[in-house]
Amino acid sequence: MATVVKTYEPRFWDRIYIVAIAQGLLITLGRIFRRKDTIRYPEERHVPPQGYRGLHRLNKHEDGRIKCVACEMCQTACPAHCIDIEPSAAPWEEGEERYPVKFDIDLLRCIYCGFCEIACPKDAIELTEIYDFSAYARDDLVIDMDGLLKVYDLTKDGNVYERHNRGEIIEVPITR
Amino acid sequence: MTSILFYIFAVFVLGAGLFVVLNRNPIYSVVGLVFAFMNLAAMYFLLEAYFIGILQVLIYAGAIMVLFLFVVMLLNVQPDKPRPGLVHLDRWWYALMALVFVGVFLVLVGEGTRMLLTSPAGEAIQTGNVASVGEALFTQYLLPFEIASLLLTVALVGTVFLAKRKV
Amino acid sequence: MMDTFDLLAILIKVVAVFAIILVLIIASIIAERRVAGFMQYRLGPNRVGPLGFFQPFADALKFLLKEDIIPDQVNRPLYLLAPVITMIPAFMTFAVIPFGAPLEIAGRTVALQVADLNIGVLYILALTSVGVYGLVLAGWSSGSKYPLLGGLRSSAQLISYELAMGLAIIGIIMISGGLTLTEIVAHQQATSWNFWKQPLAALIFLVAMYAETNRLPFDLTEAEQELVGGYHTEYSSFKFMMFFMSEYSNMITASAFMVCLFFGGWDIPFVDEAALGNLGVILSVLAFFAKVVGFLFLYILVRWTLPRFRYDQLMRLGWKVLLPLGLLNVFVVGLWMAVTA
Repeated sequence: MATVVKTYEPRFWDRIYIVAIAQGLLITLGRIFRRKDTIRYPEERHVPPQGYRGLHRLNKHEDGRIKCVACEMCQTACPAHCIDIEPSAAPWEEGEERYPVKFDIDLLRCIYCGFCEIACPKDAIELTEIYDFSAYARDDLVIDMDGLLKVYDLTKDGNVYERHNRGEIIEVPITR
Repeated sequence: MTSILFYIFAVFVLGAGLFVVLNRNPIYSVVGLVFAFMNLAAMYFLLEAYFIGILQVLIYAGAIMVLFLFVVMLLNVQPDKPRPGLVHLDRWWYALMALVFVGVFLVLVGEGTRMLLTSPAGEAIQTGNVASVGEALFTQYLLPFEIASLLLTVALVGTVFLAKRKV
Repeated sequence: MMDTFDLLAILIKVVAVFAIILVLIIASIIAERRVAGFMQYRLGPNRVGPLGFFQPFADALKFLLKEDIIPDQVNRPLYLLAPVITMIPAFMTFAVIPFGAPLEIAGRTVALQVADLNIGVLYILALTSVGVYGLVLAGWSSGSKYPLLGGLRSSAQLISYELAMGLAIIGIIMISGGLTLTEIVAHQQATSWNFWKQPLAALIFLVAMYAETNRLPFDLTEAEQELVGGYHTEYSSFKFMMFFMSEYSNMITASAFMVCLFFGGWDIPFVDEAALGNLGVILSVLAFFAKVVGFLFLYILVRWTLPRFRYDQLMRLGWKVLLPLGLLNVFVVGLWMAVTA
């Protein structure tokens, strides 16, 4: 099969460019009046899609106890070795017998793969949609157990950014 | 007022002229020459010869000197180094040329002064505007004008021919 | 001959014109950035002041406060002189442009124009050609390759397009019979806008105008992508701002020149300004600046629409297209005048 190559033969009107330039100008002129894609960041925030893997959180039971039993499955599964857990006997009478006294995640080491979520037998660790956390020092980006529990409180009532864009003022307190 | 301005511009022209001649860096000389032309144009303005003045800026300062600058920049001419010795052959050659120029200059100044003193006053005032220049150019001096334009065309064609052998 | 009234009128006009140019520069800087944003589905700078209107002031403050770096390899005297040489002609050119109908104050007429030189058109051309020196010297004195290339390009480009521009203007001078812009505007008022009579000349002038002001699609002297900013690569802080402001000032003057030559100056179509008295004068000034702003907008629109020309394409367009077209225009106008006369 021979391929037919279509060559472009500019006609007179194409050669003098004026019409083409006018068309181009009209296109850009029209774009001025279209809707803008800009998200005005601090006031408006981008809502990431479902399944986005951002900042971690540690889930709690209804009565406020931590779900984590410090089994260290997530620590083992983590390919980046960013989780550091110290287990202890639980202080409460009923329920789980173990709980973590220390649960640190180095957010700069973490690659946000979500393996910890999959490994967890208690559905205690989860990744949230929060993406805009930053700090001035590396040490400040190691989140501890308190922080992870606070993230749970913040994110348990639906998407943080949707709520933010609706006008419910939410600060994102993550790091120590 | 006018005469004060005239002397100011005259000092600037002469100063710039000396700067052009005495400077060893060709780029500075070109800039000095542009400055001299500007002041010359200002002096034409003082004489109410606006057209001549603006042509001075437009043609000499605006076009010819830009080409000078262009060439000096492209060739990247280095500042001239002083050469020692009075007996250098160049020196005598330069001195001879300078003498010829001074002679021509003196003759021109003398002739100019004579014409200035003998011609009736008030006649020169109208020579500087567009209408009178145009009229003179296309009636009295039509032949020289056409010859000059022909010469320029020939020069233009010649340049194109030299620059681009295969046309 | 000259009394206090005239002196005062001239003083006020000089200050007013200078203020208008500065305001237009500021407005076109913010407009440039915001319109560019709009065309790219963005918002552009909108934080400083209402709708971002104070952004240029913030920029100016930044330029003033920034460190003024003078690189080691520069030729100091020329490097310092170049921005000044660029800026002075850029601000002087507007002097001969009539921006409104003559104003009547206390029984006397004041022409809304700083200086009515009898060679007004040539004055503008002469000053633009002087402005080249700033760019060329800036390029050479920076002692660096990119600015040198930018400077060389600018000198060749400006000289080439001055020819086409001059030929476009000659056609207008021929039919209006005067070199002053006042006469040209008056002639257009008496008949019709020169654009309708000589659209070809208007087109040539428009293209040459973009080349003369170093704006896209002819911004080869700056060409960020290939020359890293061209002649002003080595300039910083206030000296850079002087180049920046001259560029915008040149745009404004070029637009005003275009309006005077082809779009009737301060003329409002179908309205007799003289009959309205001083109200007509105000309207005429507004009409003039509305037209100028229109052309400034076109500058911005073109900048964000058309890509840059290659250097050989630029030269081909200037010498092989615009120059013959300009000659043709002069010839046709001359023929037409000879036939109708």
